[in-house]
Amino acid sequence: MSGSQALIKALEKEKVKVIFGLPGGQIMPVYDALLGSKMRHILARHEQSAAHMADGYARASNNVGVCMATSGPGATNLVTGIATAYLDSSPVVAITGQVPTPQIGLDAFQEADIIGVSTPITKYNFQPRSAKDVPGVVRTAFFIASSGRPGPVLIDLPRDVQIESDEIEFTGKSNARGYIPSVDPDLYQIKKAAEMILDSKRPFILAGGGIRISNAFRQLQDLAELLLAPVGTSLMGKGCFPENHPLSLGLVGMHGVKEANKIVMESDVLLAIGSRFSDRTTGKLDGFCPDTKVIHIDIDATEIGKNRCVDLAIVSSADKALSLLNEALKETSVKKKTSWSKRIKEVKEAANNNKQSIKELSPPRILKELRKILPLDSIVTTEVGQNQMWAALNFKAIKPRTFISSGGFGCMGYGFPAAIGAKVAKPDVPVVDIAGDGSFRMTENSLSTSVDEDIPVIVVILNNQMLGMVAQWQRLFFCHRYSAVELRKIPDFVKLTKSYGAEGVRVNSLKEFTSAVKKAMNTPVTTVIDVPIDPEENVLPMVPAGQSLDKIIEG
Amino acid sequence: MRKTFIISALVEHKPGVLYKVSNMFWRRNFNIESVAIGSAEQNDLARMTITIEGEEREAEQLVGQLEKLVDVLKAAKLDPGEAVIRELALIKLKVDNSKSRSDLFNYVETFRGRIVDLSPKSVIVELVGSKSKIDAFIELTRDFGIVEVSRTGETASLRGPKSVRIDD
Repeated sequence: MSGSQALIKALEKEKVKVIFGLPGGQIMPVYDALLGSKMRHILARHEQSAAHMADGYARASNNVGVCMATSGPGATNLVTGIATAYLDSSPVVAITGQVPTPQIGLDAFQEADIIGVSTPITKYNFQPRSAKDVPGVVRTAFFIASSGRPGPVLIDLPRDVQIESDEIEFTGKSNARGYIPSVDPDLYQIKKAAEMILDSKRPFILAGGGIRISNAFRQLQDLAELLLAPVGTSLMGKGCFPENHPLSLGLVGMHGVKEANKIVMESDVLLAIGSRFSDRTTGKLDGFCPDTKVIHIDIDATEIGKNRCVDLAIVSSADKALSLLNEALKETSVKKKTSWSKRIKEVKEAANNNKQSIKELSPPRILKELRKILPLDSIVTTEVGQNQMWAALNFKAIKPRTFISSGGFGCMGYGFPAAIGAKVAKPDVPVVDIAGDGSFRMTENSLSTSVDEDIPVIVVILNNQMLGMVAQWQRLFFCHRYSAVELRKIPDFVKLTKSYGAEGVRVNSLKEFTSAVKKAMNTPVTTVIDVPIDPEENVLPMVPAGQSLDKIIEG
Repeated sequence: MRKTFIISALVEHKPGVLYKVSNMFWRRNFNIESVAIGSAEQNDLARMTITIEGEEREAEQLVGQLEKLVDVLKAAKLDPGEAVIRELALIKLKVDNSKSRSDLFNYVETFRGRIVDLSPKSVIVELVGSKSKIDAFIELTRDFGIVEVSRTGETASLRGPKSVRIDD
């Protein structure tokens, strides 16, 4: 058996069903071996998109996503997608071809030191030097990618190793003795946490991506309801708690919901679960709940105290910690935080009464309309920038794993290929990418993939002919001096889409938008809906960078 | 309060590990004073002794980040009061007359160093001790004309039966 055949067999043993990739010289033996496999290969048109597709697949399914590319430029093109997966803790295994071992270091054709390049943006990486090592490397890669705090792992396979033929054993054993993915929560700390919460008057739950990763949705809801404590989320936490729930406040942070930012600042105990206190969530760190006691639950011990000093730390997966915490609380006579929950209700009602009338094709209205049309299990992905923040603020995610966005890395071009990956994972639900015209252009050639491979998704382009978020900052913080943000009416997205064999439609009213989405849901190819919006419209509220959450600019 | 911390880490003894560890120092913005590396008690392990100047929280974060690396099996902060800490230095000095030569030999003796190479125009002094002792010797002998300083960085071991090791 050759190294390539061993790789394919090992991937099959990991129950991989689909690989997103693009071939080239130094990965050809693997592509040849792939011909004999039942695994589906989806041909991307750029390796960055292949990595985003694998990432979208992983986030929608909670399984490892696999992408593949050749050496040199193929491998470096994956890098943006790998970094995106890394910052959002998404389990992706990336496979790259490499020049033959004797040529490594000689600046051979299409050689890049992808181990060197990917080290700071992967959980781990491997370069097996013999075919015999391939099964163990693959097993270890999947184990590392999917356990503990998940993340991308890269396997760089030199061409001679792909070709080498040997007696190859599949022991099913991983080999990483220095890797301890998770520990059981300390029961004493759980008890302390329960006491702190019981003593508190105004507890606030800040839910992050760790809830999604560990499937702790039920436990989170139980906890919130047990206490009548409000729940805010980070961007990664969106979808972890139903946003139509009376206790849900929505997104906290720079572009957080005003009420969520207000209430978190009033809290006396903050329970952060699977959230890393990113600067986009906390705003100015010194000004973030300065007098609040903080309990931090995270599976990654290095996240505790990294940004925010905490009063109590629990190193654990969210599901285990929350199950135990709920048990500990139920053993006592839990006093619900009734007056606090009244305050939440008041603040939420005031917000509802304060609704301004806004233009018909204003993004908030478009997104609220979209929520009404889409079934609750539909998946929404976003690009990055204004479109993303409008979506985060106005599109309520009700069910787990239905909101997928590049949070930590803020990677434009993510949403469309991620939508394709998500659709592959969940072919029976509508998948919608909420895009801007700037972001969509970065990976628009994935239209080829979606048409060619029969993966129909819906793209809603909130088209302001601008790099909208940068333009917004230039309006707000640079005296309205536009610098390099105007994209003009190029291209015509309807024509562009049709040239790929997909559907394209421009809408000029909310009514047209609604019927376009309904039609797209029943169209067997990808539909791009171009929605012209006001180029000057800001995403509000927002907290200026470096300010505390109470320095909010309101709409 | 800023002070110096010593961290002992057991790592896989294989190619690429030094890169992965040092890459993490850079990526996480740690300012490392020195790193000493060599084989450890088991053939497939190496020990890295890292000194860092910073706040307690920074040192703890460094230990955490080290332990998070797949190739690091164990990392621990050593209390300087409970550890033997040593550095080795080879210092080549220009000494071309007998007067300065005898002065230098006195210094070497006072610092319990050794002359390990002697030529008509230069000597190499071998010195083992704490970082501050070596610093002091270098300052003292600067006027002789220092040609080359080669230091290992500090390495350390806990006193008594306590240790930073993994079970076989």
